[in-house]
Amino acid sequence: MREERGGGRGRGGEKKDGKGAGDAPRRGFFRRRRVCKFCAEKIDYINYKDVRLLAPFLPERGKIQPRRISGTCALHQRKLQVAIKRARQLALIPYVTD
Amino acid sequence: MSTARQYELVYIVTPEASEQEIADLHTQIEQIVQRFNGTFDKTENWGRKRLAYDIGHHREGTYVVETITGSGELMKEIDRRLRVIDQVIRHLVVRVDEELRVAQRTSEARKAFVARRRVARGLPPERQPGEGRGDGDSQDDMEGLEAQR
Repeated sequence: MREERGGGRGRGGEKKDGKGAGDAPRRGFFRRRRVCKFCAEKIDYINYKDVRLLAPFLPERGKIQPRRISGTCALHQRKLQVAIKRARQLALIPYVTD
Repeated sequence: MSTARQYELVYIVTPEASEQEIADLHTQIEQIVQRFNGTFDKTENWGRKRLAYDIGHHREGTYVVETITGSGELMKEIDRRLRVIDQVIRHLVVRVDEELRVAQRTSEARKAFVARRRVARGLPPERQPGEGRGDGDSQDDMEGLEAQR
């Protein structure tokens, strides 16, 4: 009965905060739980034509976000890197933004 | 022998080109494919899109994506031809069959893994409709996530 009621709403929040000390983020915004997006969502093929998929890994400047920040696993970061570089060639994503 | 490979070809045509010119370009490529005994799998026209940066003096372009099965020589010829045609401002050829095969293999492996775990827990191998979220392990939780996408 519990999962019936709380399931939909509580899941996202509970999971993220569950590991940390509570809702007060310690030391800025680095207390994020880092999970590889592609592992979590089971995306096997990182399509270079899918800009919406790649966009979260490109901060304003247009550089590829490092693994230590995005939390992507090594395997998927390598694949992501190739996909981003292909998308750049096709002018789907900028090389630099200034 | 193993010359049947799948490639993806993306090219960007100048925004000035008319529908007719784009169709002509397509038939030109089709002819090359036929000459090299390749096959055309799919064509997608994305229409006019804004470029992320200027190419030449263009800010927009028409994107066309083609999936072609054929030999490396065929793609080499297409690559050479597109380089020469002025209407095409940018193009990219990518071999996709291996990448797709790897992706398929990993997804199959994961499915088998999930099924094995479920059987080990005394559950039917496939996730049942309406199965609770709260009591599943993380693996099952993620399945729900995928369905939402």
